[in-house]
Amino acid sequence: MRAAEDTTMETTNDQAAGIPGGTQKEDEKLTSEAAIETVGDITVENPRIQCHNVDVFYGDKQAIKNVSIEIGRNEVIAMIGPSGCGKSTFLRCLNRMNDIIESCVVKGDIQLDGNNIYSKSTDVVTLRAQVGMVFQRPNPFPKSIYENVAYGPRIHGLVDSKIDLDEAVENSLRRAGLWDEVKDRLQQPGTGLSGGQQQRLCIARTIAVRPEVILMDEPCSALDPIATAKIEELMDELSQNYTIVIVTHSMQQAARVSKRTAYFHLGELVEVGDTRRIFTNPQHRLTEGYITGRFG
Amino acid sequence: MICLLAGAAFVFGRHRAYATSGKSISTLHSLPGHYGLYALILTTLPAVALLMFWSMLAPRVIEVLLLADLPAAMQGWSQEQLGLLLNDVRNSLKGYSVASDNPELITQFGERYQDMEQASNWLLWITVLSLCAGGLAWAWYKIRADHPARHRVEAVAVTGLIACSLIALLTTIGIVLSVLFESLRFFQHVPVTEFLFGLDWSPQTAIREDQVGSSGAFGAVPLFAGTLLISAIAMLVAVPVGLMSSIYLAEYASQRIRTILKPLLEILAGIPTVVYGFFAALTVAPLVRDAGNWLGLEVASESALAAGLVMGIMIIPFVSSISDDVISAVPRAMREGSYGLGATQSETIRRVIIPAALPGIVGGILLAVSRAIGETMIVVMAAGLAANLTANPLEAVTTVTVQIVTLLVGDQEFDSPKTLAAFALGLTLFIVTLILNIIALQIVRRYREQYD
Ligand SMILES: Nc1ncnc2c1ncn2[C@@H]1O[C@H](COP(=O)(O)OP(=O)(O)OP(=O)(O)O)[C@@H](O)[C@H]1O
Ligand SMILES: [Mg+2]
Repeated sequence: MRAAEDTTMETTNDQAAGIPGGTQKEDEKLTSEAAIETVGDITVENPRIQCHNVDVFYGDKQAIKNVSIEIGRNEVIAMIGPSGCGKSTFLRCLNRMNDIIESCVVKGDIQLDGNNIYSKSTDVVTLRAQVGMVFQRPNPFPKSIYENVAYGPRIHGLVDSKIDLDEAVENSLRRAGLWDEVKDRLQQPGTGLSGGQQQRLCIARTIAVRPEVILMDEPCSALDPIATAKIEELMDELSQNYTIVIVTHSMQQAARVSKRTAYFHLGELVEVGDTRRIFTNPQHRLTEGYITGRFG
Repeated sequence: MICLLAGAAFVFGRHRAYATSGKSISTLHSLPGHYGLYALILTTLPAVALLMFWSMLAPRVIEVLLLADLPAAMQGWSQEQLGLLLNDVRNSLKGYSVASDNPELITQFGERYQDMEQASNWLLWITVLSLCAGGLAWAWYKIRADHPARHRVEAVAVTGLIACSLIALLTTIGIVLSVLFESLRFFQHVPVTEFLFGLDWSPQTAIREDQVGSSGAFGAVPLFAGTLLISAIAMLVAVPVGLMSSIYLAEYASQRIRTILKPLLEILAGIPTVVYGFFAALTVAPLVRDAGNWLGLEVASESALAAGLVMGIMIIPFVSSISDDVISAVPRAMREGSYGLGATQSETIRRVIIPAALPGIVGGILLAVSRAIGETMIVVMAAGLAANLTANPLEAVTTVTVQIVTLLVGDQEFDSPKTLAAFALGLTLFIVTLILNIIALQIVRRYREQYD
């Protein structure tokens, strides 16, 4: 694990030193394949996150190919695309979650508020506290519901007293739309909840840390329409102050919650743009094919 | 010979199946191999069974036949005398000179013995071969395209498997019962309460009625206290060291270090306990004593501390390899959840991974404890034999297992309380470790269910 992290750091250090595009070999690879040119405007006025020429490899296999995109302040951006196209992989680059996977190597330049998050001076721990993540599959800790939510505030020392902590827990659970269901059994294990409840618990757990950017990997795939509506409401509310990146397979959901949409295909960013435009008037034939349901 | 036949039968069975099926496998009920096996089983199984049965019984039968026409003078001989006579006969056949009262009888019996043995062997081979042939013929008759050979073969296989598991089970039951009965006999001499709660252990009973000496005291408390003390010291060594090394291995070590370090740790488990024993007695015990003297402490040359330390080293791999397994089994999603909230690696380990793996770790520790309690050699060599009731790790203590060994070593009557005490100790030990194991397995299983 350590080793993997070290190598990532080294490679990204090169980039920080001003060698964009990775190694020689890397460049050859890119030119030899006919890379897709992203359609649409990848830049935004007030960027929070800027990604340039991001490549991700799992061992020899390249999962993300030369993706560049900017994500704006207080923006909700949806990432769509067929299964296995690298949405989760890309999302996990944004808070360096891929460091944990030994074989995974990230190349390119990713900046949060103008700072390269893969540079040596970046503290991964602070980064992840700033950029929270809700995972594709609910993964509550084998602790009580209360402890699950209190975990983040505790490790970051966000609260001074037990009362504050109680309040933070209740507040987070309320916003995740779970409070009424669990308020009488806060001390029971979080793993005993239903799948949808677990997912909302994980969302509560994430927002309890008060991150500035929230990455959501299919947060609603296990939820019923009512819970989904609650989560979407929450996203609306959060987007006042936060930046949200959501991966979803539901195009309706993307249309409902997001301002911009990015379409991925086989590790490449095919098209990005205003959500309404993407859905009504896709420019790239791959995007069009996916949206009209021809494949995916 | 039988192997050859078996091979032939296999081939034959397959061919027969082909032949009856009209040369197409698809019309067969089972695969050709099944028919081969079926023929093989029919041919060999009865023959082998007979062979084993015969070789067990034949000598007895011959003896009985021999003794049936003894000279009249010897009809009244006792069992032992007859046994001696037969021994002489066998020895003379092997060419040893035999000192006996009537050499003619011996030689005469010897000849008859040999004859009968030869006859028996001939008879055996004829029956075995005819059984084989019979089996083969039966197979030939039975094998048709629609014959469910697969079911038959599998039934035989299942029976074999059941028989094997029964052997293990029956042995366990046998051990328990024999220990139990001996213990009951012991408890006729010494009351259970005295055994379990007595504070004095000195099992020196008089061997002969007229001998002077103590009547013996059979209070097992000092032994269990000694066992407990040594196991506690061992766990104090093994649990922290084992746990830490497993955390390092599972969480921090790179793949390369892991592949080197893990087998090395597991080598510790492969060292014979006798070797640990003399390491304890010759190296660690003097070290402990010297260190104690240097600090101005009185340390016995055989101390609980030395034995406990070495035993702790011995069980490190038990703790570490089970902990390593359960820690690695904590799903990656759990780690990611924690890292995703901005936890550091050590926070993640302390607050998420260890709690998640705890039941499994506890199970592993309990298994290690029962291993420590049952350990004999190290204690025999390093902790001494004195049954002191003490909590001072610097004194010599003794353990249950050690006492069992000393009680049974040497020439002993097998019905004196002294030797029977060993069985009672064994029974108690067995019950304790059994309970520990059951609890441990229960915990480990509940842990497994949590993630499956
Ligand atoms: N840990 C891993 N090791 C090796 N390859 C991986 C790993 N995780 C993902 N991949 C590969 O990377 C590619 C992208 O996977 P990713 O999980 O990002 O897809 P996705 O777009 O999120 O799909 P889905 O919609 O099904 O969640 C896939 O081809 C996958 O096989
Ligand atoms: Mg995914």
